[in-house]
Formats: sequence, C-alpha cells, structure tokens
Amino acid sequence: MTRLTLELNGRTVSDDVEDRTLLVDFLRARQGQTGTHVGCDTSQCGACVVHVDGISVKSCNMLALQCAGRKVTTVEGLAQDGALHPMQQAFHENHGLQCGFCTPGMIMSAIDMVERHGAALDEATVRHELEGNICRCTGYENIVKAILVGAKVMTA
Amino acid sequence: MNGFAYLTPGDLAEALALLRQGDEASPLAGGQTLVPTMKQGLAAPETLIDLGGLAELAGLRVTPTHVEVGAMCPHAVVAADPEVRAACPALADLAGMIGDAQVRNRGTIGGSIANNDPAADYPAACLGLNAVIRTDRRDIDADDFFLSMFDTALEPGELIVSVAFPRCREAAYLKFRNPASRFALAGVFLARHEDGVRIAVTGAGTDGVFRWSEAEAALGREFTATALAGLAVPVEDMLGDLHAAADYRAHLVKVLTARALAAISQRA
Repeated sequence: MTRLTLELNGRTVSDDVEDRTLLVDFLRARQGQTGTHVGCDTSQCGACVVHVDGISVKSCNMLALQCAGRKVTTVEGLAQDGALHPMQQAFHENHGLQCGFCTPGMIMSAIDMVERHGAALDEATVRHELEGNICRCTGYENIVKAILVGAKVMTA
Repeated sequence: MNGFAYLTPGDLAEALALLRQGDEASPLAGGQTLVPTMKQGLAAPETLIDLGGLAELAGLRVTPTHVEVGAMCPHAVVAADPEVRAACPALADLAGMIGDAQVRNRGTIGGSIANNDPAADYPAACLGLNAVIRTDRRDIDADDFFLSMFDTALEPGELIVSVAFPRCREAAYLKFRNPASRFALAGVFLARHEDGVRIAVTGAGTDGVFRWSEAEAALGREFTATALAGLAVPVEDMLGDLHAAADYRAHLVKVLTARALAAISQRA
C-alpha cells in the first residue's frame, strides 16, 4: 500500500492504495464517486473519462498513484452551487443521451474539446474528437448537437 | 491485474539504475498499451518504472534542421504544436491520427516506437523521415531500429530519450484505419528528401514497418503517379487476418502511396 494524496473535485483527499489500483477503481470504490463508469475494460469506450490537471484521460488505463499531487475532476465536480455546468445543461436540453451510461465520459471529453478549441470548435472536430467515446443508444446526433450548444455557452 | 511495485524516479540516471536492478522491471511511458495489456494478463512486470518525472525525456524542440521530440512527449502536443506543423505538417497530421483524443493526451512517441506494434503510426514517420532515435547511450538510425513486429534494437534497460526527425522537402501520411481500433490496416508515410524519396509502410507487413524500396526508386526518378504504375508490394510479405486479407493490404499500400503523392502534389 502507498499513501496517495490528490485533489479530487476541489478537495484534498488522502488514502492508502495498492500500487496496481486503477484511477477509475480508486474513484468509484475508494472515493464513492460512481459517476465515472467502466464500460469496456479495454480502454476503448470512454465512459471512464475524467480530467487530470484539466486534460481528459481514460481513468481505466491510468494508475491512481500517477495522479499523486495532481488535480482530478470527475463529472461530480462540474456542477457549482447546485447549478449544472453549461455542458451538462446542454446535454439535458438537447436530449444528448438515452440510457445515460456513456454520458459522464461524453461530457468530460466535450469540456476538454471546448477548452482546447474554444469558439472555433465545429461539428467536424466534435465528431473526430468523439472517437474515443462510444455510445450504443443515440447514434450521436444529439450528443454532437449538445456539445456545440454547450460550447457556445462556455465560450460566450 | 497482478500486483507490482510502482516507482517514480526523478531523473534519467535514477530510472536507468532502477531498470538495472531487475529483469522483471518495465518502464512505463504513457501506458496506453502497457496498462491495457497488463489488465488482460498478457504482461505482468514486477516493477513499473514511471518515466513521467524525467525532465530529460520531456518536451520537443524545432531547430532549422530537425524536429526533435522528447520520448515522453504526448501525441496531442506534437499534433497541436504550431512549430511542428510549420516544419513538418505530415508529422503533426500523423500524431493527430493516433488512437483517440484521450489516447493522444497520454500516449508518447517513446512508448509507441519502443513497443513497435506492427500497426502503430509513429514507426512509419521515423522510417519515412529517416529519424535518429537517441537513447541514454547511443544514436540509432531508424533503418536499424525496427527489427520486426514488437522487436527493436533497444537493449534491455536502454531508454529512448528523444527522436530527431530531419526536415524534408515535403511529406504526407495516409492511413486506412480499422474503424474499431483506429490502428492502421495500412499506413503510408511518403517523404521527399533532398537526396531521394523514402516510403515507409505500417500496418501491412508481416515484419512490421518496412520501406517500399521499389517505389522509392521509381518516385526518385519521376515524382508522378505514372511512375507507380506496374509496381506492387509482394503479397507474401503482407499480413492477412480477420480485418483484411494480404492481397487487400497489398492493394491498400499502393492506393495510399498514390494518395500520399497526390496530397503532396496538391500542397505544392
């Protein structure tokens, strides 16, 4: 076991973890943050996407200990004072989900996209950058729509 | 996943010393192949030595003659760097086609070429651009680095520090992707250098990345699509699997070479 300290959704957390503990397992099993999902276990589906120091990563192929001293943000950390993040609101308003399983990863990837591309984010870029997030319900149309709306609000 | 000890050396010397201590130690670069492989039980190192804290392996620099990419530089950084795009757009394009956005945020050039997956993208850039792979102990020409699939000239305990790509006149990378894995079913890196043409093919060959010398010679004489007519890569040297048969991959190599040529001609 190794002592791990990091910032999770704005608060400092410390815990003893096994060296082999994956970030996603640390988040779900040790921190009770179950908004981050495991959809495939082969690093392809993107349901487990979180931000580490503001950059989107798949938390199923990163070790918890690789985040020592870093800032981790999950979908639980987006809403502020009870108000949804503009990207969450855009998914809600545009029905960017059906079963919702992939949604946390979609939203975390979407926010990273907007932060890198800003107001220049267009539909083709959104579709290209969603390659690492698999949805088996929607056919992506409303997800793409929601991201473009969320991007507008975020960059306004 | 089997248990292991996770170590975080602070510099290159410390990392090399840790690697020398045990046969069952493995360096960890971006972890986009190694960690999934360990999760499947296909690799079980006793010690993981994270290279993330090694300043010697970080960053990239663009000089009048080269683009030098640190071994731990993530694909996303190479893809988005304006200086890399200006110096060698094909290299930035290639980095932006690897995996998906999250894989590009973590995956590194050092990890990619040390692994030498037969369908990986970076080996094609190294071979096509005649790169030099700089390690903790020597410089290795790309022509001598990639031995066969998942096999390189790296010695046990040897670490890649950076990859130096010479600037070329023009280049293009064309990739026909497996839509599920996003790996190349075939990928062609075509580069026009002052002293000739180099064509590196990934994803298709039974021995991993290779140079298509016949087409290099033909395009060296005449840089047009007609020079490629009548040429073909040997089908017996191509991979055949459930994703694509060998003759289809041979066909793709030729088509992609022609498209790379067209892309360069259009840009000029």
